[in-house]
Amino acid sequence: MPAAKAQAIFRDLMMIDADHVADAAALERIALWALTVYSPIVAVDGPDGLVLDTEGADHLQGGEETMLTGIANRFRSKGLTAKVAIADTWGAAHACARAIQRETVVVPRGETFRAVERLPIHLLRLPDKNIDDLRTLGFQTVGELGNTARAPLALRFGPEIGRRLDQMLGRASEPIEPIRAPEWIEVSRAFAEPIGAAETINKYVGRLVIQLVAELQRQGLGVRRTDLIVDKVDGSRQAIRAGTAKPARDVAWLTKLFRDRTEKIEPGFGIEKLTLVAVMSQPLDEEQRSSTLIDEETSDITPLIDVLGNRGQRVYRLAPVASDVPERSVQRIAAAAEPSGEIWNHQWRRPVRLLDRPDRITAIALMPDYPPRSITWRGRRHNVARADGPERIFGEWWKRDSELEAVRDYYVIENDVGERFWIFRSGDGVDPETGDHQWFMHGIFA
Amino acid sequence: MSAVLRDQVLAELRERISSIEGEGVKRAGFLPFGVPEIDAVLPGGGLAHGALHEFAGGGSGTVDGAAAALMAAGIAARTKGRVAWCLTRPDLFMPALAQVGLHPDRIVFVEGDREEDVLASMEECISYGGLGAVVGELVRLPMVASRRLQLAAERTGTIAIAVRRWRRQTEANDFGQPTASTTRWRVSVLPSEELPVPGLGRARWLLELMRSRAGECAEFEIGACDDKGCIHLSSRSGNRSDTSGRSRNTA
Repeated sequence: MPAAKAQAIFRDLMMIDADHVADAAALERIALWALTVYSPIVAVDGPDGLVLDTEGADHLQGGEETMLTGIANRFRSKGLTAKVAIADTWGAAHACARAIQRETVVVPRGETFRAVERLPIHLLRLPDKNIDDLRTLGFQTVGELGNTARAPLALRFGPEIGRRLDQMLGRASEPIEPIRAPEWIEVSRAFAEPIGAAETINKYVGRLVIQLVAELQRQGLGVRRTDLIVDKVDGSRQAIRAGTAKPARDVAWLTKLFRDRTEKIEPGFGIEKLTLVAVMSQPLDEEQRSSTLIDEETSDITPLIDVLGNRGQRVYRLAPVASDVPERSVQRIAAAAEPSGEIWNHQWRRPVRLLDRPDRITAIALMPDYPPRSITWRGRRHNVARADGPERIFGEWWKRDSELEAVRDYYVIENDVGERFWIFRSGDGVDPETGDHQWFMHGIFA
Repeated sequence: MSAVLRDQVLAELRERISSIEGEGVKRAGFLPFGVPEIDAVLPGGGLAHGALHEFAGGGSGTVDGAAAALMAAGIAARTKGRVAWCLTRPDLFMPALAQVGLHPDRIVFVEGDREEDVLASMEECISYGGLGAVVGELVRLPMVASRRLQLAAERTGTIAIAVRRWRRQTEANDFGQPTASTTRWRVSVLPSEELPVPGLGRARWLLELMRSRAGECAEFEIGACDDKGCIHLSSRSGNRSDTSGRSRNTA
């Protein structure tokens, strides 16, 4: 839109000249940040995007979906709008991120063509002149272009169209040249003959870790994120990222984190270079330990947490939250967090298993404050032999307005054979404002 | 052969067997239940450190595994050090575990997506060695997997507990399959203790020792774990040390 036209539509429109140099510098800063947080391989993609190879690194963020939402949310909290897409190839992710209306999209594995066939051809990263000429010929979407014979296109436009299509659909490789920050500690080893055997890889990874640790020791640092970058003979590149819960500078610990996953390296025709980079490091002081004669108990389990976390397991602790509503009284905290010493102080017994959402049951009960005589849950009828209650829990009006009047009456009931359940009635049994008097199953006692 | 010579040969053989069995064992020991009747049945007078113990529920407990999990939590509460709890379905309600004496600061959850992940995490936690107890909630426990866990536990002296929990009640006859665990228990719920007023007394369980290496089977009626994780023998009926009458809770 020309500036004059825009000014005609909005009065008092402020005009600022585009500053391409500053934009590029800011984008590079974002890229360096993304590199420490998300993935070992990050590069600037065009004037307005970043490309990340997250293969083998998304588990540190809790999986692909969580990572994408996390990225979008982080940008939004800074007042920026970001479109994020995950696809099998750089080309497909580039096109999807620029085409979607939503903030995030994940293209499933092997569905690249289906995802991109409807997209317009200007997302193919071709020169503008080619795009205009193709439009003149009547091509609108990537799918149409992909289904056309290659030879006439190549004759007319050169090999560029075929190359970009192949890169988008994963038929041609497109390695990402990652950006690097000068202050990172980096050790590498190039091989005269390509290596491929698992033992050899392990041996050299071990040696690199020793070098890296020596360098860290000299600078008084410990690593939080370490990347192993594998350059292969055919020009492709693979990266393995290991994260630690605390700054680490221990040879055995770091070696174990990488040895655990060297089987994930696909050597292909051979590996010509191994690089180990400390992407995120923090100061780590030497500490003095006194030797003892007795066999001390090892109580620090951080290395174990790291090993499990890098395998993609979710490792966490549960901590109390000051809330009477059962499902809100527990929160997950980092496994390596400092012990808080807090504990729930319930007068009443709590069930061992809590259903993640309360299950509707039918109950025969004398209102307002007697426990049910019998309930039917999942098609099975339980006669109530003994019961305790009610334990009244009030809604938390300071969290949601709709909970101002809400009440739940909890009962512990036991059937004839001794199965004990935790059920509640929404509402106090008298006032319909407090709830609709439906009964729910919420937990199972031991 | 004289009797003296025979005794000597037998003693020598026993010593050799125990030295073979005990190879690489770091710390042997036993965690008593604190109930003389139960401890008397177990060889060594308690649950062995450095061994795999299996707990399953009976009846509908085969699916929810509530009593088995609380029993495991009670045992873990009485050990020293941190506790790792490996699972795939995160439906444990932590306040209940805290009520049997397992402080939330001590317990680290390891949640995986698949059964195999739980086995791998359990083995990793057991071989780490610094933990008091490692609990895993498992549907299937094949012979090879259970032997790996048992061997790892023998090396480090950590108590490994497998809480068996099935998807359907009919699948629970899988519990009859042999595994390498040292003891196998079944915990089923019983009507709770009578109170002189309306209400629920202390929960009671039927604790069946279904297999014990170098020991006898037995069953007990017990009161559920208290706030220290201790169980006690239920006062109403005595210890029934036979295995014939337990078909009531067979799934």
